[in-house]
Amino acid sequence: MKRSLQGWILVAALIAVALLLPAVLPPFRLNLLGRFLSLGIAALGVDLIWGYTGMLSLGQGIFFALGGYAVGMYLQLNSLTPGQLPEFFSLYGVKALPAFWQPFTSPLFTLLAIWVIPAVIAGLLGYLVFRNRIKGVYFSILTQAALLVFFNFFNGQQKLINGTNGLKTDTAQLFGMMVGHPDMQRALYWVTLVLVLLAWLLCRQLTRGRFGDALIAIRDDEPRLRFTGYNPTAYKTLVFAIAGGLAGISGALYTVQSGIVSPQYMGVAFSIEMVIWVAVGGRGTLIGAVLGAVLINYAKSLISEQLPETWLFIQGGLFLLVVTALPDGLVGWWRLGGVNHLLAMVGRAPRLATYPDLELDPDRLQESQALSTQASEARPQPGDTP
Amino acid sequence: MKLSSLQARLSSPKTAGKTTLRLVGGATALATAISLVACGGGDKSAGGNFDGEVKVGILHSRSGTMAISENTVAEAELMAIDEINAAGGITIDGKKLKIVPVQEDGASDWPTFAEKAKKLIDQDQVAVVFGGWTSASRKAMLPVFEAKDHFLFYPIQYEGQECSKNIFYSGATPNQQAEPAVEWLLKNKGKNFFLVGSDYVYPRTANTIMKEQLKAQGGKLVGEDYLPLGNTEVAPIIAKIKQALPKGGVIVNTLNGDSNVAFFKQMKAAGITPANGYSIMSFSIAEEEIAAIGPEYLEGTYAAWNYFQSLDTPASKKFTAAFKAKYGDKRVTNDPAEAAYAMVYLWAKGAEKANSVDDNKVREALVGVSFDAPEGTVTVQPNHHIEKLVLIGEVKKDGMFKILENKGFVKPVAWNQFVPETKGYTCDWTQKRPDAGKYKL
Amino acid sequence: MDLLYDTLFNGLAIGSVLVLAALGLAVVFGLMGVINMAHGELMMIGAYTTYVVQNLFKTGPLESLFPIYILIAIPAAFLISGLAGLLLEKTVIRRLYGRPLETLLATWGVSLILQQFVRSVSTAFFVGLLVAVAIGVITPLVSPPALWQKRSSPLLRTGSWVVAGAIGIGLASALGQVMVLDTPWFSARNIDVTAPEWLRESISLGSLNMPTARLFIIALTAVCLLAVNRFLQKSVWGIRIRAVTQNRSMSSCLGIPTEQVDALTFLVGSGLAGVAGAALTLLGPVGPNLGGSYIVDCFMVVVLGGVGKLAGTLVAALGIGVLSFVIGSGSLLVVWPTMPVALNELVTFFATSSMAKVLVFALVVLFLQIRPAGLFPQKGRMVEA
Repeated sequence: MKRSLQGWILVAALIAVALLLPAVLPPFRLNLLGRFLSLGIAALGVDLIWGYTGMLSLGQGIFFALGGYAVGMYLQLNSLTPGQLPEFFSLYGVKALPAFWQPFTSPLFTLLAIWVIPAVIAGLLGYLVFRNRIKGVYFSILTQAALLVFFNFFNGQQKLINGTNGLKTDTAQLFGMMVGHPDMQRALYWVTLVLVLLAWLLCRQLTRGRFGDALIAIRDDEPRLRFTGYNPTAYKTLVFAIAGGLAGISGALYTVQSGIVSPQYMGVAFSIEMVIWVAVGGRGTLIGAVLGAVLINYAKSLISEQLPETWLFIQGGLFLLVVTALPDGLVGWWRLGGVNHLLAMVGRAPRLATYPDLELDPDRLQESQALSTQASEARPQPGDTP
Repeated sequence: MKLSSLQARLSSPKTAGKTTLRLVGGATALATAISLVACGGGDKSAGGNFDGEVKVGILHSRSGTMAISENTVAEAELMAIDEINAAGGITIDGKKLKIVPVQEDGASDWPTFAEKAKKLIDQDQVAVVFGGWTSASRKAMLPVFEAKDHFLFYPIQYEGQECSKNIFYSGATPNQQAEPAVEWLLKNKGKNFFLVGSDYVYPRTANTIMKEQLKAQGGKLVGEDYLPLGNTEVAPIIAKIKQALPKGGVIVNTLNGDSNVAFFKQMKAAGITPANGYSIMSFSIAEEEIAAIGPEYLEGTYAAWNYFQSLDTPASKKFTAAFKAKYGDKRVTNDPAEAAYAMVYLWAKGAEKANSVDDNKVREALVGVSFDAPEGTVTVQPNHHIEKLVLIGEVKKDGMFKILENKGFVKPVAWNQFVPETKGYTCDWTQKRPDAGKYKL
Repeated sequence: MDLLYDTLFNGLAIGSVLVLAALGLAVVFGLMGVINMAHGELMMIGAYTTYVVQNLFKTGPLESLFPIYILIAIPAAFLISGLAGLLLEKTVIRRLYGRPLETLLATWGVSLILQQFVRSVSTAFFVGLLVAVAIGVITPLVSPPALWQKRSSPLLRTGSWVVAGAIGIGLASALGQVMVLDTPWFSARNIDVTAPEWLRESISLGSLNMPTARLFIIALTAVCLLAVNRFLQKSVWGIRIRAVTQNRSMSSCLGIPTEQVDALTFLVGSGLAGVAGAALTLLGPVGPNLGGSYIVDCFMVVVLGGVGKLAGTLVAALGIGVLSFVIGSGSLLVVWPTMPVALNELVTFFATSSMAKVLVFALVVLFLQIRPAGLFPQKGRMVEA
């Protein structure tokens, strides 16, 4: 009880901050925050598949970019008069709209395509891979290879999708207003905030109950789960598809707020960065994923303004630090009593759990156990597995 | 706080080169950066005899693949700013203003270019942005500048087929580089052409134009191929060239970046060399790239540019000497650096002519402004491009160019006249018509 | 017929580069189960070593030996990359055995740091770094041991490293005021590595034209393969490595020093990466991004070949080499000019280097559907393959 209350207070505080910031931040910084929040949705997906299910995907950029391209194509078409083609087609001598562009004239189709197409592709890819029981690092490498396939395809097809230039959205029209207009961008910030919240609630719901338990079982001991009669492939495929859909929504929101979608969203580095957001925030914590995405990207943007050369050092250092010294991330560190641990080091021992206390509040037991079993391999995540 | 520290770092030549100082600060960067933003105000104390200052943005890739090329361009821009400041800054309304550069890193990533352009306009409120290298980065920034009705100076030779009210192009259009080069090749070197390029918009569009030109002028296209940016396995392309041109011919190379090194090393090994009857013309190889690839591999190949370091004029020599004095004796100047250097001066002159740093007024005033650039006197044309000197050179052993032909100054054509879709169209921003960017004559 | 030879030779040429690049990765991945994302950067270190060696031979007393500098550069690259790999193993990877996904992330971090390191390393930077590390390492050795056994020791340790880092940064900034010390050694630019004259030519055999650099790399690859194979099969340490691969705890019980075996395996794998880097200077650009352009191809080779089998690596690399050449150069059209229009269009569509890459990767992914464990799967009865 106490723990979930704590969690809710944290969430409420974060929401309050997010509500207040538009009043304080200048438009440019607010726009950045909106974009980074939308990245948080993709990070939630990564947390689902990596933090909970133990599958490290290095190819989330595919789904992210697909969502972005869906919205980009719609906006390109939406600002044209009938019969006109998006401008870049004339550069390559294309006379007629390619067939796969046609459905994107419909706003309804686009709204669906943003998350359905990435989810279906993720599901398909996942099914092919999981069916053969490919997992662990092989899964990671295969997702990375798939990422490169998509990158090279989008990058190489000028005549279909404008190649490396990508699609621009800033000067496009949406609801009769220019997408790059400050008012529109402010509205998009609110949309993003609501969607992040919804995505968080969805993931929270998924990771509780039997479904969530199955995911964690897959992470901790897949063969045992299979021997007890479950079919891990179905669970893995489903959760991978959900993560893909989340990445698509994230990509769409990110695209309208940055004004461009390009194949660089499918770059190898970007997809690995998504993992580091989750790792820094704390995998298996959901809220940590969003927090990590916002914090790291904000830091990146600020540092690259001041000292662009140092960012790679800092980023590389973060990877090392998180893996070796902070495997549970910031939120995980906090939840596992990191503060008490720190206080203990300087001589202020934490208040030990006593029996009457434990009887009143079973959560305390987990907490004190967590403190003593920090080194164990399969890290229990109290609070998420009630 | 933020501005003063930036100014201190950027405007003082002593610390501008101190990469180490900036690098090792990384550990403290996060804390500093946050505190800097927290006290974001401005510091109006201008040093020396200035009455105020004006901020300009410099937006190039300082990290990533393109940093190799873009650093030089950024350095040339900073040098021009220092020179102008040393000569008393720009004079607006009788007041001397110091130019203060705000540098941002595009990180070789097109979306980052768009983000940083927004930041320079909204957050730093710069008067103008100098930036970009790849066409993709320009195309990514274009909607930002159009949406915010702001103002970009772009220094690189590019594919044309664009004429924005919000961009001034100080690099060559195809009719100032590719077309005269193809003409020269057709006249002197042969009729059979093979086109090789990186897989992105500049090579694709430039090759489309060249194909139309070959059709119109009696050349023959025997093949074309594209390599993804950064890809270094060129064996299939070389095999294709050998199949298409077994006995020698003309190869036009629009590869960009790293691929060039692999391309020339392996071409030489495969015997596709000038000695065996192959004429290779590159549009993205300048003095800087020759040094990185190695002149041994490039000797005897051709390039078309608007400026070579070997251009023998006093202005050119002065430019090169100043660049070497500032950045080291081993450094070389090249066409993009010259164009970048010139465009800073053009902007300063435009601002003085407009008697304002307001971007709309400067843009109007800029048309017709001239500057004695290292290549000669360049003038801004009504289509926001620049009249440029057209030169064709051959790579020598020492990594410099021998100028084979000087075609004199050529006026820029934004909408290409060989390509059927744009034939007959023109661009003139002095016209007060809604479609001034593209209209039929 | 000419076309066949041409295709075979070019496929062999592309494939041998892949074999060389993937060999070290296969040794480390196959034998230790460690995915080393910094493998490409170890190749880069090998290439930069070659650059330094080349500069030694360009002028001065050794100038007459310039034509054979590459023969000295290759062992030097093996040594330097190997030592860098050893350092990496001792400091980072050692802590992460049994956690492959974490290793993957950590080594990716290392690869970023190494890339930026070669871009920005200057004398001032290097001295600062050296001093910081020295202070950090020496402090616990010279202070009273009791200090490091308290509950607060972790904090103290972190604190001492922070102070050491600050001293290093301060020192580097102070030294950086001197222009000479501040000049980057390599900078972000590509560096110019010139092959000796005899490796810039080609040999013609009938209509087949074979660049000597390609022949040299093919020969080097063969030598490396044979050497590694012999090392693993015949030498005492090779046998130990195989024993540890098969059963770590049993080997340990029998007195095999598993820690040393791990370190040695990593050293050899990293050294091979260095050799690959040195060889690549003959063909392509040498710059901070050198590793990134090969690493994913290497992974594909290792995964396709099957883990722990050198033969698999060889076959997979040559297969990918021939396939990407055939698709990328559009040779099929020459052989079969009368193919149906639809097929013709399809072949033309993929006959560019970028699309060939797409198709080859897609084919590899499809192939793994049929043989999930690669061409030469390891036989075993474990649930977890």
